Amino acid sequence: MINDHQIEQAAGQIMSNAAIDIPEDYRRGIEDMAKWEEGELSCFVLQTMMDNWNAATEDRRPMCADTGLPRFYVKVGNNARLEGGFIGLERALRSATALATQEIPLRPNRVHPLWRTDHNNNVGINAPEIDWSFEPGVDWIDITTVHKGGLFGSDYRMLFPGDGIDGIKRFYLDTLIAFGKRGLACQPAIVGVGLGGSKDITMVLGKQAACLRIVGNRNPDPKIAELELELKKLGNSIGMGAMGFVGNAMVADCHIEVGFTHTGGMPMSVHTFCLSSRRATVRIHADGNTEFRVDPQWFTPYMRRETVEWPAKQPDKKKSV
Amino acid sequence: MASKAAGQEKVRLKVPVTPEDLAGLKIGTVVYLDGVIYTAREAVYKKIIEDGAALPDGVKELSNVNFHCSPAASVGADGSYKVGGVTATASFRFSQWMAEWFKLSNAKIIIGKGGMTTQDYRDLFVPVGAIYLTTVGYGTGALLGRGIKNVRQVHWLEQLGNAQAMWIFEVENFGPFLVESDLDGNSLFEQHGKIINANLEKLYKGLKAPALSRFGETDDRKDELI
Repeated sequence: MINDHQIEQAAGQIMSNAAIDIPEDYRRGIEDMAKWEEGELSCFVLQTMMDNWNAATEDRRPMCADTGLPRFYVKVGNNARLEGGFIGLERALRSATALATQEIPLRPNRVHPLWRTDHNNNVGINAPEIDWSFEPGVDWIDITTVHKGGLFGSDYRMLFPGDGIDGIKRFYLDTLIAFGKRGLACQPAIVGVGLGGSKDITMVLGKQAACLRIVGNRNPDPKIAELELELKKLGNSIGMGAMGFVGNAMVADCHIEVGFTHTGGMPMSVHTFCLSSRRATVRIHADGNTEFRVDPQWFTPYMRRETVEWPAKQPDKKKSV
Repeated sequence: MASKAAGQEKVRLKVPVTPEDLAGLKIGTVVYLDGVIYTAREAVYKKIIEDGAALPDGVKELSNVNFHCSPAASVGADGSYKVGGVTATASFRFSQWMAEWFKLSNAKIIIGKGGMTTQDYRDLFVPVGAIYLTTVGYGTGALLGRGIKNVRQVHWLEQLGNAQAMWIFEVENFGPFLVESDLDGNSLFEQHGKIINANLEKLYKGLKAPALSRFGETDDRKDELI
């Protein structure tokens, strides 16, 4: 049985990890880019960012003061038991957000959209957002926090099947160029592309692709994996680097997530994470033990399932030969 | 990789800065600051320029550096301040207040994210002898946080909230920043943007346009969003 106190403690810890320590996969991605980046100023920016990550870890202070919009992604094992139920879990995550805002400290970014009311704790109407998913056959819960800025670098467009890969490439380039200028997107970043679903789900998939998959991870569909690499290469051939200076380091990696969509459409979204890709995950086991990591492991085979039944019924290979 | 980035010229300036300090700065130079700086963004501009509140006493004399930023900071039960990181916010949104702000505050350096338009530099900055410094990255929050030695005062904290209040910081070796616009209104972003724009047509060659255009959308990738 997992209790609310354990959840609150663990959530506080991942908020601190996310705000302060750059995920190792992303650090390696940027170190690699700095080796081949030829733009002098772009290279200076990458070097300065690496110095900044070291300063953050040494001083235990947030690497970026725009500590974004803190939010949570929760994956609940089908056999997990929560002492306070789902209401208790949501309360614990809200409480952890308010405490972390004071203690780390985080910037209290969350305000009412009209009245600009600021509770100074990053909690308010619909904030922090909590996204849910489930996992069969296990009794743990995974909680991931993402602190992402919210102003620039993401866009949505309704494309159509006839627009094809050309349409995808154009919109991808449009978004990277528009928000890459002056470095509004805080590149080089992990770029997430959402394809399909309904309009809202397209945005959700692209955001999750950017924030919940690590550098080097590939989509299990080999053709999509190939397109990810092609888009990564395309983004790094724009001629633009960090802060929009002359260079080539734009895309640390590109992740695509798809959802079945309307037969007449191909909605698409592009999201850029940033030079302080803040994510951290904790697994809370049934006995209350916790394990911390930087890979959210959000997109499981179960998440990407295509069939009614789970486990999916596999065709019997012996018979079909 | 360090060697490729080692060529940047570095300068350390004492605040308040003098016209002579600024005259020697070229775009792309790396700058560090010592002295007192303050934060002011939309809520402070509105309060002082539109609502007629007075600029807090002493600010004008202590500092001529306005940082477009909100710190990741909290106030303890004993009233003490804990400042973690500081990072800039995008400056182009504040263009509408800058002419009046320069008059009221006598600011000579604006620090922020992403710069402003060349038109703004020519119309607003050059006539008053002000320059623009951009933060690096973006988001060297920890490095800049290290440079803050003391919170001297916070104005309108209750009323405007942590993010929008006017924070007055004592800083030492505070940086790095890059000179984005000099006293003549030259812009580093504009200079680099021109070089990048020259490659864009080639990039789109052979990619057919989507069936549906978007209302109000520009097709010219050379345009900026700001």
